[in-house]
Amino acid sequence: MDLIELDGVEKVFDVRRRAGLVRREKRRVRAVDGISFRVARGEMVGYIGPNGAGKSTTIKMLTGILTPSGGRLRVAGIDPARERTRLAQRIGVVFGQRTTLWWDLPLKDSYRLMHRMYRIPDARFRENLDRCVELLDLGELLDVPVRQLSLGQRMRGDIAAALLHDPEVLYLDEPTIGLDVVSKAKVRGFLRDLNAEQGTTVLLTTHDLQDIEQLCRRVMVIDHGRLMYDGALAGLHEVGESERTLVVDLARELPPVVTELARTVRVEGPRQWLAFPASQSAAPLVAAVADGYPVVDLSVREPDIEAVIAKMYAERAEP
Amino acid sequence: MRLYGVVAAGSFRRYATYRVATAAGVFTNTVFGFIMAYTYTALWDQRPQLGGYDVSQAVTYVWLGQALLMACAMMGGGFEDELVERIRSGDIAVDLSRPVDLQLWWLAGDMGRAFFHLLGRGVIPLGLGALAFDLALPGASLTWLAFLAAVTLGLLVSFALRFLVALLAFWLMDGAGVTQISWLAGLFFSGMLLPLNIFPGALGEVARALPWSALLQVPADVLLGKHTGWGLAGAYAFQAGWAVVLLGAGRVLQTMATRRVVVQGG
Repeated sequence: MDLIELDGVEKVFDVRRRAGLVRREKRRVRAVDGISFRVARGEMVGYIGPNGAGKSTTIKMLTGILTPSGGRLRVAGIDPARERTRLAQRIGVVFGQRTTLWWDLPLKDSYRLMHRMYRIPDARFRENLDRCVELLDLGELLDVPVRQLSLGQRMRGDIAAALLHDPEVLYLDEPTIGLDVVSKAKVRGFLRDLNAEQGTTVLLTTHDLQDIEQLCRRVMVIDHGRLMYDGALAGLHEVGESERTLVVDLARELPPVVTELARTVRVEGPRQWLAFPASQSAAPLVAAVADGYPVVDLSVREPDIEAVIAKMYAERAEP
Repeated sequence: MRLYGVVAAGSFRRYATYRVATAAGVFTNTVFGFIMAYTYTALWDQRPQLGGYDVSQAVTYVWLGQALLMACAMMGGGFEDELVERIRSGDIAVDLSRPVDLQLWWLAGDMGRAFFHLLGRGVIPLGLGALAFDLALPGASLTWLAFLAAVTLGLLVSFALRFLVALLAFWLMDGAGVTQISWLAGLFFSGMLLPLNIFPGALGEVARALPWSALLQVPADVLLGKHTGWGLAGAYAFQAGWAVVLLGAGRVLQTMATRRVVVQGG
């Protein structure tokens, strides 16, 4: 069953700008411009795009904070904007740059608040809190006022707060922003287990493509309010016409390798870089090079997804 | 309902965390209490029975003002700055993604704060004032109860006013201007500077009819025994009427704000 359904969803903002002394110019901004997708129960989907692409606007419509200007939107069968508070019982939200925790009070006070706010049965609350405390390593932090937590600790605290009421869907808006490598790994590991063991559906927006690579099988790319790509992470390479690179170490300095299977993009002493389409097997190229040249060593570099997406954005930017 | 109890209790503890700030506040209240009490004494010596108060009642009014200053947030200092800031920064998105009513949530928090300020910033200055001056405090515990009821209604009106002003930030994107205007209006029309009873003619009539008079003037008059019997019921009705009207207006504005408004920030 599809938990999240969007059909031609739009969000238009009127932005007023001062043009001259008193005259005001009204400009329509199509933050989300006709997006349709479905997310099935138990999926973990990455939602990526450059700044201002419409990611957060989409999330805000999915939580019911913003009302769509057009189109149809359902989460767990509920129209979010119409029944915001009812939906809130069934979803969890983490805004990476904001906190839901009580700034001046110990972390556990915020959890007590969640207990009442979501009317969680006592036994269930205990169980969920214990699990989150263990998996997110919060034990020593429960008595610490939130303002004294580090960013990574606070983020883990926020994620726990979003999960105590067993939400069916978890929206994560930039959950790893500003975190160091260790904290990122901890958060990712937790999310992976959550999805695998609890079956929680996760929609994740991020700028950190490693989040996507490590967590999501499916990825959606949005730009200028439109969905540019929706599919497997691997397929993104084909759409973005990305290339893999064969790095060849030759026995000595030689002129650039010539082959119709690839083009030589860089030469540095005896080392040469040969680019070839990501969709193509490396084997024939390796054979051809090994045949014609004195090869000492070979390695294949996978395309950087970041580069793929940057290329995609750049292409669509020029209409 | 238990949720809002937890919110109020949390808010109480939150303000209780800052003990040095509370001590400094008590000191400030006390100093201002002394300055104003001496000023009032001089004024009432020249004009006895001004506004229907004798000297000791006037001085009592001063100390009540100091005791209620923070609780009723007559010079601001409640939740409103935080709410405005959350609207401005877009943090309001977090509040709106919870299964709670925005107005009740902030009301509960503000009641917790007000209760703390009533104890922390109210009782001690009033006690010190009573030691240094001859205050016209009632002996009957019923009068004190009547006073507390009036204070509670005053807190509701105070919250409702500030909630309305804070919500304007949804449209203005920066609430500093309206907050200042409302601060100034609250300072004067609550009777914090001078009792509203002493203003003659139309100015006095208008000032006493505005909602701000529910914050200090009405509770003070209840304690000073100016409202009894049906007069007391009338005073309560005046406060409750404004509370209902203003809270209702807040609900309408809240619905409008959450329906058509831009939540700022990525």
